[in-house]
Amino acid sequence: MSQSHIIPLTEGLPGQTIRIHHLTLEGTMRRRLLDLGFVPGSDVTVLQRSPLGDPVAFRVIHTTIALRKEESSQIYGELIGSEKNETTT
Amino acid sequence: MKPLPSTHTHPRSLKQHKKSDDATFRIALAGNPNTGKSTLFNALTGLRQHTGNWPGKTVIHAEGTYSYNGNSYTVIDLPGTYSLFSNSADEEVARDCIIYEKPDVTVVVLDATAMERNMNLALQVLEMADRVVLCINLIDEAKKKGIHINEKRLSKQLGVPVVKTSARNREGLSHLQKVIKEMAYGKINTNPYRIRYSDELEEKISAIEETVLSTFGDRLPSRWVALRLLDGDQSLIDSLQHRIELRRKEVGAHGTDEPLYPVEA
Ligand SMILES: Nc1nc2c(ncn2[C@@H]2O[C@H](COP(=O)(O)OP(=O)(O)OP(=O)(O)O)[C@@H](O)[C@H]2O)c(=O)[nH]1
Ligand SMILES: [Mg+2]
Repeated sequence: MSQSHIIPLTEGLPGQTIRIHHLTLEGTMRRRLLDLGFVPGSDVTVLQRSPLGDPVAFRVIHTTIALRKEESSQIYGELIGSEKNETTT
Repeated sequence: MKPLPSTHTHPRSLKQHKKSDDATFRIALAGNPNTGKSTLFNALTGLRQHTGNWPGKTVIHAEGTYSYNGNSYTVIDLPGTYSLFSNSADEEVARDCIIYEKPDVTVVVLDATAMERNMNLALQVLEMADRVVLCINLIDEAKKKGIHINEKRLSKQLGVPVVKTSARNREGLSHLQKVIKEMAYGKINTNPYRIRYSDELEEKISAIEETVLSTFGDRLPSRWVALRLLDGDQSLIDSLQHRIELRRKEVGAHGTDEPLYPVEA
């Protein structure tokens, strides 16, 4: 995986899928995000932005989770695709 | 329902505590939110704990009882969590129940349609307790989605019995009750899957585990406590300290010289 394609989740657009590469968070917040499924190797789909742009809803391991910018900006991954028609699970 | 794999059933090794024929047991239900714990709790106990199709309904744990083959079982319905690493009050309630109360059997209720997500908590519980049953619920939903779960293989890999249920349709409940009974009586030997870390980490874990053992004996899951201390779990440290304090007061009042250990708050 080349470093140049690694972006923070905050740069993902609705419909895009990002494979998590690493997290720069530490401590309890890091633990919490790992527990929610934001682990390296996991695919995260950007669902929608709230009217004010924060928080943003993500789909990870079949669950929708909303993250604030301060968290999503510290999760990095590689853009692996863009789904036009999201399948519901 | 299929019998358990023979690797876990050693009827001869009725180890540790020999329970009388009419003993009362405590059973905890742990699991992710929305996996059907309360539905299972209600089906077992005949009570009506709140259930619904949104996560986070069970906030404080509820208790109920059922009888099975002459024994009485107290079931504890724990709040649903994704983890037991003390990120929230719910996680602390569930964690404290499993490590301090030490139920006779801890049943991890999993959503058959979301095994990958549910495995995080299941693996954590396997590191915290020895007497664990995995209950794969919502099996009717899984069937509809064409998901097949090989419970024998899972059971072999994870070292604990695996039972499939559909709590809402009362399917698999009597098999679950039978497995719970056998485990409560010590008739099922488990070998819970525990992650092995790098040599460097394992060395540190062993060193801390020794101290944990000399302080608390086998009253707490020493390896798990060592791992959490290594991770700097402040909530667990606080709760251990609190329990040691309580114990100290008790010892001071009665003048015994038993070792210090955490007691239930
Ligand atoms: N199809 C199906 N639905 C079930 C089954 N068991 C539970 N449900 C439904 O799943 C939803 C959640 O069930 P609960 O029992 O409230 O789940 P819980 O694990 O107690 O949830 P929390 O308390 O939030 O952790 C409810 O709508 C139940 O009716 C099952 O075996 N099959
Ligand atoms: Mg519940």
